[in-house]
Amino acid sequence: MEHVILHSDMNNFYASVESLYNPSFREKPMAVAGDPEARHGIVLAKNYLAKQAGVQTGEPLWRARQKCPDIVFSEPHYDKYIHFSQMAREIYEEYTEQVESFGLDECWLDVTEVQELFGSGKQIADDIRDRIKFELGLTASVGVSYNKIFAKLGSDLKKPDATTVIGHDFKDKIWHLPADMLLYVGRATYQKLMTHGIYTIGDLAQTEPSLLERLLGKNGLMLWAFANGLDTLPVNRSGSGRIIKTIGNSTTAPKDLITDDDIKITLYILSESVAERMRKENFYCRGVQIMIRDNQLVSFERQGRLKAPTCTSHDIFQKAYELFQRNKPVSPVRSLGVRAIKLINCEYQQLSFLEDVVRRQKQEELERTVDNIRRRFGHFSIQRGIMLLDPVLSRLDPVAEHTIYPEAFLKSKT
Amino acid sequence: MSRRINVEVIARFNLEGDITPLQINWEDGQVFKIDRILASRQAASLKAGGQGIRYTIMVGGRQAFLYFENPIWFVEGKADVREI
Repeated sequence: MEHVILHSDMNNFYASVESLYNPSFREKPMAVAGDPEARHGIVLAKNYLAKQAGVQTGEPLWRARQKCPDIVFSEPHYDKYIHFSQMAREIYEEYTEQVESFGLDECWLDVTEVQELFGSGKQIADDIRDRIKFELGLTASVGVSYNKIFAKLGSDLKKPDATTVIGHDFKDKIWHLPADMLLYVGRATYQKLMTHGIYTIGDLAQTEPSLLERLLGKNGLMLWAFANGLDTLPVNRSGSGRIIKTIGNSTTAPKDLITDDDIKITLYILSESVAERMRKENFYCRGVQIMIRDNQLVSFERQGRLKAPTCTSHDIFQKAYELFQRNKPVSPVRSLGVRAIKLINCEYQQLSFLEDVVRRQKQEELERTVDNIRRRFGHFSIQRGIMLLDPVLSRLDPVAEHTIYPEAFLKSKT
Repeated sequence: MSRRINVEVIARFNLEGDITPLQINWEDGQVFKIDRILASRQAASLKAGGQGIRYTIMVGGRQAFLYFENPIWFVEGKADVREI
């Protein structure tokens, strides 16, 4: 039986939630902005009036104001976004248990099995849009198709508050569209494709797969299959959770990082956060990756293997700092990221008398105790001594501030 | 444009956790008894700016909406705010 898959995308999610609570925003160009004081002064989301003026997600506030002098900025309220995202998910789950989130504002739903109960895919899509509008005061665009990729593409075609069905007549409907509208075709990939004369989704579909493979590797074949409607990725069931492959945190520091201590403080904070999240999920990692961005906005990543799997900030920090020292940039550092990679899940562990293992287990016990203290008395109740060197840098609490950005935000960064 | 008015409410919480508002205490001290609840469902108030459980209530022979946006109750205030 052919699948019926919906992709629901809440329009201008952050901006719409802010406008719900502040109805005066609806008539003005507005954008949700990061905090310029902490140097996060970029546009996180915008409404249609701001979009019309050319304001783009991810651009600095001064440039947005240049394009659109009467724009108003609102600070973000992540707790509200998460709440609205959950309420939307509850609506989806009244129709099917196969709901897969993609960021806060997007979800795939597999409604193949429930059409007898709730009607065709399009009817369910229209129903869901009505309910989101009435119950949450937001609008959503829904794409309906027989695979996830076209469903997602459908939700991008008509905005706001519309349902788009893409069936087997997809050649007429989408092959004329630019190839970068396809999921996973970012700016870099699109540029590569264009140098080979591939501009539209149709061009991509009709290109020899072997050429795409040479050009883009495995992803080339994947994109070719996407463009031809051959994607068969299943919608993950709710409850099974996303498959976690890596756990990472990054931050843009409130000031440029110059001294070794600046770097150490930031890497410690990030390592602690990564390790805490790993312990929560019962993960150990076998590798560490760092991301460095200097104040010229040049960024790169480096990774290294660990001698033994770990879940302690001690080991992660050691590796991250070693990687940093080996790849020190010339200019001062603006952003840093630490990521635990090659994760393994282990609930049980081999005990050992070897000194190295005993030391590691002790360290792990110690850090679990710290987690517990922080859970009970707050993150800042216990700190490493080095944090006292710079109260501005050490103010960050990445676990609590860990936020998931909507896909539009990520897209603008790639 | 109507405005959002947060109000004090007296409510009953039953064993299932269902909440039934019984009385609204207005900002100027007036008390409005809720005679009946006609319906309740999740809804957004685009007029007042908020979202929560919307109770359709009867007060003094008039129908009105009362929103519970956990933990705050609000109504959509009209030109004459006394007449909720």
